[in-house]
Amino acid sequence: MDNKYLKEEIIRMSGVNPKKCMKCGKCTATCPSFDEMEYHPHQFVYMVESGDIEPLLKSESLYKCLSCFACIDRCPRGVEPAKLVEAVRLSVIRKQNNNHLKADDVPALLDEDMPQQAIVSAFRKYTK
Amino acid sequence: MKVSYFPGCTLKNKAKELDRYSYKCAEVLGITLEEIEEWQCCGGVFVTAKNEVASKLSSVRALKAAMKKDQPLVTVCSGCHNVIKQTNYAMQNDKEFADKVNRYMAEDAYNGETEVYHYLELLRDTIGFDKVKEKVVNSLQGKKIAAYYGCLLLRPNSVMKMDDPENPRIMEDLISAMGGDPVIYANRNECCGGYIALESPEAAKIRSNDIVRNAKAMGAEMIITACPLCKYNLVKNGADIPVVYFTELLAEALGVKENADG
Repeated sequence: MDNKYLKEEIIRMSGVNPKKCMKCGKCTATCPSFDEMEYHPHQFVYMVESGDIEPLLKSESLYKCLSCFACIDRCPRGVEPAKLVEAVRLSVIRKQNNNHLKADDVPALLDEDMPQQAIVSAFRKYTK
Repeated sequence: MKVSYFPGCTLKNKAKELDRYSYKCAEVLGITLEEIEEWQCCGGVFVTAKNEVASKLSSVRALKAAMKKDQPLVTVCSGCHNVIKQTNYAMQNDKEFADKVNRYMAEDAYNGETEVYHYLELLRDTIGFDKVKEKVVNSLQGKKIAAYYGCLLLRPNSVMKMDDPENPRIMEDLISAMGGDPVIYANRNECCGGYIALESPEAAKIRSNDIVRNAKAMGAEMIITACPLCKYNLVKNGADIPVVYFTELLAEALGVKENADG
């Protein structure tokens, strides 16, 4: 897939207009996963906008977003960066054999108190 | 008054107290929770992509079941509430998405008719905290309690419309109604790490410890939450003050908790 088509697809499925970003960095400043991420929310915005999507597709950062909606609610321009992160992640895991988490991996990750909510949420975000 | 009730997967397993005390407290307060028949898991988190359809059908089926009974849909788990309210909002405001969903539906169409309430909204808006206060038999007087909202209860605010997302008071008002002293602290609406606990427990530990440390620094003796995953993360990562579901504390205040050890 060439990047122009991929960029359009990501923008369409996310409903985000990255051109609205004024590069204040508030999304990244408020992100609870900041320390875990190679590319931060504000970088997702300008990298998608500039078509530099390839590095994002390969980055573990896709699986560090917690879906906490902090960047979405706190962006002063209503850019909603997490929706871009989601769209990039989906364009990876929707491909065959690209699931980030496999059912067989799960038992080893559990302890007896782990709520079902954690497992279904991780599956919803990491697996198609 | 009767309402449709969506418990969700965790409330039937690891978070039974959240479920059980929701029923007991509602009964005391004159509300009957009618569990939706054959409900299906909401999926835990809302997928924001507009072209994600199939994973949202379980929420739509629950919403439609409530519509058929002409009842509001009440949830108590923060996760279920977030997913179902966001799905309902999409059904109301995204025609293309709603059309796709309705092609899966066996009978008549659904277009977001049902009202979705979190149990806390039911307490505040339908029952009223003044009424809750009247029913309190075991006042929590003098107890310093920190409400932990986490992320899912309040955000995104444009959809959840539950409270001020940066300066909420709904749980603090409930604590006051029960006679306790609400503790305000900065991290009350920050994420505990959520489902990252599965793959990167260390990352969840840092987030969770920040929250507990902050609550304690402001004087909290106890933390209340509406979310099983928040509770898991805070407790698992060594919270040294009790972390309980708000329904459990409410049951204690209303005098319907089974054992008195609190």
